Amino acid sequence: MRIQFKTSYDHDMRLFPDAWTACVYGALMVVMVLLPVLLDEFFLGEITNVLIWAIGGLGLMLLTGQSGQASLGHAAFLAMGCYSNTILIEQGLPFVIAFPLAGVLTGLFGMVIAIPAIRLHGIYLAMATIAVSVLADDVIVLLEPWTGGVSGKFPEPIVIFGFEIERWSQPGRFYYLVLAVTVISTLFYRNLLRAPMGRAFAAVRDSEVSATALGVHIPRTKAIAFGLSCMITGWAGALMGYHAGTFNNETFSLVISITLLMMIVIGGLGSIHGAFLGAAVVAFLPQALSMTTDLFGGSGVAIPGLETGVFGLILILFILFEPTGIYGRWLKIRTWFELFPFARKAMFRRQKSYLKTERLR
Amino acid sequence: MSLLEIRNATLKFGGVVAVNDLSFAIEEGEVYAIVGPNGAGKSTVFNMISRFYAPFAGQFRFDGQDLLTVRPDQVANLGIARTFQNIELFDQATVLQNLLVGRHRHRQSTLLEELFFAPRVRAEERRHRHAVEEVIEFLDLQAYRDKRIAGLPYGIRKVVELGRALASGPRLLLLDEPASGLSVEETQDMRWWIDDIRRQMGITVLMVEHDMGLVSGVCDRVLALADGARLAEGTPAEVQSDPRVIEAYLGTGAV
Repeated sequence: MRIQFKTSYDHDMRLFPDAWTACVYGALMVVMVLLPVLLDEFFLGEITNVLIWAIGGLGLMLLTGQSGQASLGHAAFLAMGCYSNTILIEQGLPFVIAFPLAGVLTGLFGMVIAIPAIRLHGIYLAMATIAVSVLADDVIVLLEPWTGGVSGKFPEPIVIFGFEIERWSQPGRFYYLVLAVTVISTLFYRNLLRAPMGRAFAAVRDSEVSATALGVHIPRTKAIAFGLSCMITGWAGALMGYHAGTFNNETFSLVISITLLMMIVIGGLGSIHGAFLGAAVVAFLPQALSMTTDLFGGSGVAIPGLETGVFGLILILFILFEPTGIYGRWLKIRTWFELFPFARKAMFRRQKSYLKTERLR
Repeated sequence: MSLLEIRNATLKFGGVVAVNDLSFAIEEGEVYAIVGPNGAGKSTVFNMISRFYAPFAGQFRFDGQDLLTVRPDQVANLGIARTFQNIELFDQATVLQNLLVGRHRHRQSTLLEELFFAPRVRAEERRHRHAVEEVIEFLDLQAYRDKRIAGLPYGIRKVVELGRALASGPRLLLLDEPASGLSVEETQDMRWWIDDIRRQMGITVLMVEHDMGLVSGVCDRVLALADGARLAEGTPAEVQSDPRVIEAYLGTGAV
């Protein structure tokens, strides 16, 4: 077991607790940078998909895992990010301005949505955000002159200072763009966690009454959580648009919202790792299933509902047996090895509780 | 001028009068206790000072400032910190993080600076951390610094909650039953701590407590309540021997 000798307050503020962890993540980064060389186009596209889902997961994690506000409306914010990015670029803005701005606009939109929503708790908030998701579809159709309505839109190739990134012919370049956005989003999330606002989010999640007594303005904090969450989600949406190559009013459906929420639960609520692990499950599951059915002599015809069924089963199993998600399970496995042979089954018993996101009131 | 002055406070829940025309004042630097049977309105008084309940009538002044004009989250900024009768900690966070939330009212960095973890955020974090470490040292919480609240025993949680209130650097500390559920030794510790909070830190303490041993040990003045109204006020000994207080607790002698 590694023991950290802390010699200054800065030790707890570091991005990585010790040199070993920094090396592990450094090595991971090197592998990620080398991936376009190592993998063929198909798998690179899959990895890109995982990263885009992970960005969306980080966005929702900030809201649900960190501040305890469940949202089933995040597909609407994905759509908002996607459409605003495309429209801004059509208006002649360069990508380097349009893309961040699309995130900021989505964030501001999220804060506006949050104003009525933050008065709600738990299941009622989830229902209200479902409404946002359902409405998004109709709004996109109604705003046809801008959004292209049912026939949809095709995003133009990305141009960064004359450097062109075309998703289909240059998957490597697109991958690097997605990787950069992933790293930036992760850093934002991580920075927030070690700063007062991130702790205020956790305070709102765990006890609103004592957060108030300590000077945390609850509505404002929740609105900021919504705004930041939607900003990151908006970026994911814009990248999703590029990744899909085309999108219309049905691309960002309620199912996407639900998938996003299930993803962070399976990954592990309240942790950055959870967003990535959940994204890997969501992105690879369809591939893994089709490979498995092929293996058992499937005729290549998709079995209707199989994917949803398996996904639902996985979710149920996690909620029943591992509420802390894949990341929580990984922490237990790691502890077992670190303490070997002294790990005991009862070590985690006290923590075997659901992450209290929001008590039903 | 008194640090906290409450005049003619009245609060009704429907037809129930929880607090009835109550007036009292707390001087800077004293330890003041409110005692009374269950349902006497002690915690209600706390919740009115914290602005969780809006009084039906009455005046609340803290250091000359009208408390009724501020929002509940601004009460902390005035320098009033509190604990809760049923511990309200942030269960999924560590002790250190809990105490650091106590520093929230001293936050100066902006959201943008925090997203990029600008040098100012780091400098501020160091100051917060230093203040929190002093509280940890004071309350002997070193062993629990990085432990999650969810796994801690009740007695420790009680201390952590006291620590979180202290970390905010208050002028007035409201303790809602600081000794409830604590063992004899833990209550004794709590007594020394309250004593030190007053003497070393110069913080005024207002507490609600049932343990008369603790009350007579640390308090300068005691206010006895029954049915939301004042019964008696004075030194612990005076209040304990007041016939009206004895009647409220034990009933009238039928002998």
